[in-house]
Amino acid sequence: MSTTFDQVATIIAETCDIPRDTITPDSHAIDDLGIDSLDFLDIAFAIDKAFGIKLPLEKWTQEVNDGKATTEQYFVLKNLCARIDELVAAKGAGAPS
Amino acid sequence: MRIEYFQLIDRIIDLDMDKKTISVEAQVPKESTIFEGHFPGYPIMPGVLLIESMAQTSGWLLLALMNFERMPFLAAVKEAKMRGFVSPGELLIVEASLVHEGSGYAITDTKIKVAGKLRCNSTIMFTHIPFPNPDLRVHMDAQAQRIGFPKQALLP
Repeated sequence: MSTTFDQVATIIAETCDIPRDTITPDSHAIDDLGIDSLDFLDIAFAIDKAFGIKLPLEKWTQEVNDGKATTEQYFVLKNLCARIDELVAAKGAGAPS
Repeated sequence: MRIEYFQLIDRIIDLDMDKKTISVEAQVPKESTIFEGHFPGYPIMPGVLLIESMAQTSGWLLLALMNFERMPFLAAVKEAKMRGFVSPGELLIVEASLVHEGSGYAITDTKIKVAGKLRCNSTIMFTHIPFPNPDLRVHMDAQAQRIGFPKQALLP
């Protein structure tokens, strides 16, 4: 069974036409991979579908804009994958995603 | 349809909040300056305006699903197929259905039929934000009234 990172990296590679082998857990989606906000919506859609969740992009963006979080917390892939795992676990526990 | 004012939707025929679908009518005018240029001697509705018609139809669906609290804006046309010409005077039935409701964005599938036959279809992505100012909300309320938006379908 593929890991969350493997799935996310494949989604990014296929959605944004980025070579898969350049995508690592430490890659920053924006700063390192050059993904812009519109392309990230395509990624979010693919992640939402693949994991049955709803990435809270608006909440994350607001937190970054308010200085309450850094982009690294949400857009470095290992951190993004941790957030995805949390959302999947919360969904499994019956919490709203 | 008042093309020059980008009023491409004439009337909502059906809005199903449970199925998250909408159908509207759009009467292509018999005459318009647009047809003088597109094309001289062979007037057809420009594809970009057909896409805009599908986007506006999707927009009304999203406005309804978001209870008129947020405004959708066109973000990406994922795929659009112009399967046949649309001529002046034809009556379009434009349908849209929600594919995905994400955080701050949504995706719809939409199609245009003429006399029951498919002419165009597209998958469209929107971003949506709270109404940026009261004027836009007033404008959209007026447009909703113009096209017979069933406000009773909204949450109280």
